[in-house]
Amino acid sequence: MSGIPHDHYEPKTGVEKWLHSRLPIVGLVYDTIMIPTPKNLNWWWIWGIVLAFALVLQIVTGIVLAMHYTPHVDMAFASIEHIMRNVNGGHMLRYIHMNGASLFFLAVYIHIFRGLFYGSYKAPREVTWIIGMIIFILMMATGFMGYVLPWGQMSFWGATVITGLFGAIPFVGDALQTWLLGGPAVDNATLNRFFSLHYLLPFVIAALVIVHIWAFHTTGNNNPTGVDVRKGSKEEAEKDTLPFWPYFVIKDLFALSLILVIFFAVVGFMPNYLGHPDNYIEANPLVTPAHIVPEWFFLPFYAILRAFTDDVWVVMAVSWITGGIIDAKFFGVIAMFAAIIVMALVPWLDTSRVRSGRFRPMFKWWFYLLVVDFVFLMWLGAMPAEEPYATLALIGSAYWFAYFLVILPLLGVIEKPTTPPATIEEDFNAHYSKPAE
Amino acid sequence: MLKKLSIAAVAALSLSAGGAMAAGGAGHIEDIDFSFEGPFGTYDQMQLQRGLQVYTEVCAACHGLEYVPLRTLGDDGGPHLPDDQVRAYAAQFDIFDAELDDYRSRIPTDHFPQSGIAEAPDLSLMAKARAGFHGPYGSGINQFFKGIGGAEYIYSLLSGYTGEEKEEAGAIFYENTAFEGGWIAMAPPLFDEQVEFRDGDANDIEAMAEDVSAFLMWAAEPKMMARQKAGFVGVLFLSILTVLLYLTNKKLWAPIKGRKFNG
Repeated sequence: MSGIPHDHYEPKTGVEKWLHSRLPIVGLVYDTIMIPTPKNLNWWWIWGIVLAFALVLQIVTGIVLAMHYTPHVDMAFASIEHIMRNVNGGHMLRYIHMNGASLFFLAVYIHIFRGLFYGSYKAPREVTWIIGMIIFILMMATGFMGYVLPWGQMSFWGATVITGLFGAIPFVGDALQTWLLGGPAVDNATLNRFFSLHYLLPFVIAALVIVHIWAFHTTGNNNPTGVDVRKGSKEEAEKDTLPFWPYFVIKDLFALSLILVIFFAVVGFMPNYLGHPDNYIEANPLVTPAHIVPEWFFLPFYAILRAFTDDVWVVMAVSWITGGIIDAKFFGVIAMFAAIIVMALVPWLDTSRVRSGRFRPMFKWWFYLLVVDFVFLMWLGAMPAEEPYATLALIGSAYWFAYFLVILPLLGVIEKPTTPPATIEEDFNAHYSKPAE
Repeated sequence: MLKKLSIAAVAALSLSAGGAMAAGGAGHIEDIDFSFEGPFGTYDQMQLQRGLQVYTEVCAACHGLEYVPLRTLGDDGGPHLPDDQVRAYAAQFDIFDAELDDYRSRIPTDHFPQSGIAEAPDLSLMAKARAGFHGPYGSGINQFFKGIGGAEYIYSLLSGYTGEEKEEAGAIFYENTAFEGGWIAMAPPLFDEQVEFRDGDANDIEAMAEDVSAFLMWAAEPKMMARQKAGFVGVLFLSILTVLLYLTNKKLWAPIKGRKFNG
C-alpha cells in the first residue's frame, strides 16, 4: 500500500482463499499492521498511538457517562453530581473523561509540533497534514462543547463568549449566532444541540483518523532525517525499514503505558488541577464570573483572539479601509481562525526543499522560538485583558503569524541546509554504530 | 432579563476591565496542613464528625447541601456515622413529599436541605468551587504543591474577620481578609466555644473553622479516598506493565540495534 516494496498477505488454506476472493479483509489488516516503517523513528513518533488511545478512551467513557447525564438546563448540573456521588465508579469515569481531554490535547500539540519540526507536512504528505488539521479543529469543537455540558459557570459563559464570536461576523453574524444557539441566548436548546454534537463529532473524528492513517500509509511515514525510504527493491527497502508489528507496536505501547502512569496519577490524585473552580458553580445567566477563562488547551488561540484590540494600528487600518465592517472584535475572530489556517497551509508556505529541521541550522532556532511562543501565549490567555499582558499577547501573536507567513517562506531561500545522510540505514547505523557490512 | 443577558454577554466578550480581576483584590489564604492533602492523604473521620456538628449547628441555619445525600454520612471514607445515627440525623429535617401531599421527616435516601435564604449559596461543592492558590503570576502552578486550596479558602474566610463593619446602601458588610474585595455580607458566623464537641476537642474559631472546612471538602469530594485508592492501583499496575513493555521492547530491538555484538 505504501509504495514501499514488501511482502503481502497470501491466503494459504481453502477457507482463507474463499474469504479473500470475496472480502480481502485479512489482507487489509495484515498490510496495515505490517507496513514497512522507517527504523530510525525516534520517541517523538509515539504520540499517534497516544492519540488513538485517547480517542477510544473518550468515546468509551463518554458513552457510559451519557447513560447517566441529563442534557437539560435545570438538571444537567445535578446529573453530574449524581454521576459523581451515586453512579458506581461514576466519579472515576467522569474524572478520566475530564482529564482525558487534556491528555488528548497534550498529545495532539506534541504531534503537531513534531510534524512542524521534521517537515512531515511537506510533499508528498500534504493531504495527511490537512486531514490532521481538520481533525484538530473538530477536536477543538468537541472539547469546547463537552465543557459546556456540566452547565457550570465557565460552561455557560464560555459558551456565551465563543458563540458570540460568530455574532461578530458582519451582516449575518446575529442571525448566525441565533441559529447556532437555537435561540437568542445560551439556553436549553443550546445545551441539547451541544450534547448531540459532542456525541456525534468523535465518530467523525474516528472516520477522519482512518483517512489520516490511510493517507500516510500511502506515502509512507516521514522520519527524523526526512530522507525517503529506498523503494528500488524489497531488499533495499528492508534495510531502511522494519514492519510496524511487532517493532513499533511494542515501542509505542511501552511509551503509552508510561504516559498512562502519569495520567492515572493525575486522575487519582489531582483530578481538578487542570479544571476551573468556577465550573463547580451552577450556571447563572445573571452573574458573570470575574474572569472568563477557557480550558488550558484553548488558551494560546484565546490569547490571539484577545490580542487585537481597537487601539492596535493594524486593526485601525483594516477598520478604516473596510469602512468599519471589520471592527476590532471581528478582527480578533479572523486572527484566531487565521492562526489555525496558516498552520494548515504550512506545506505551501515552507519553501525549503529539506524536510527535517535537523538539517536546517537557522530554521531550528525559529522553530524553538515558536514552541516558546506557544507556551507564552498559553500563559497570556489565562491573564486578565490589561497591560502589560495585552502588549505581550500582541507580540506573541505577531510572532505566530510571522513564523508561518514570513520566516518560513524566507528561510527556504536564504538558509544553507546541512547535508542529510544518504539513507535511513546510514542514519540508524550512525546511532547504533553497526559496523559496515 | 434578555437585555441584561446580552449586556453581560457583550461585557464578557469585550473582556475589558470588567473581566479583569481587581489587582490585589484576592485575599490572604492560610495554607493549612489538612489530613486529606497529597496522594497519601485521608479524611480524619473524627474531624469530619466535628465538622458536621459545626455545619449543623451554625452553617445550616442559612446554607444548604442540596447535592449531598444524607445516607453518605454513613459511607466509608466519610464521617462514617452508624446507621441509626444517620437515620436520626436525617429525621431532624422535614421535606415535602408530593406523593403524601404533606411534609414528612427526611430519610437517609433524601438529600440535605437546600439553603434557607436566597443570599446564602449552597455549600455542597464550595470546597471545589474556590481556589485558595493562584500563583505564581496567575499560572496556578503552586497548586501542584499546595493543592487547589478550596478548604483553605473556607478556613481563611471563616477565621479572617477583622471585626470592622460598614454600612452601604442599607446593608452591613464585614471586613474579611480572605474575601475578594475585603468586605463580605455574611456576618461572622463562628465564636469561640460556640459548639461543644463530644470528644472535648478544641472549639476556638480556628479549630472549628478547620473542622468545618474539612467536612465541606468531604461534602464536595466524598469519593476522594476511593479515587486515590484507584489511583494507586492504576499507577502500580501500569508501572509494572511499563517495566514489562520496556524489557520486551529492549529485547525485541536488541538484534536490530546491537548486531555489532554478535557480528
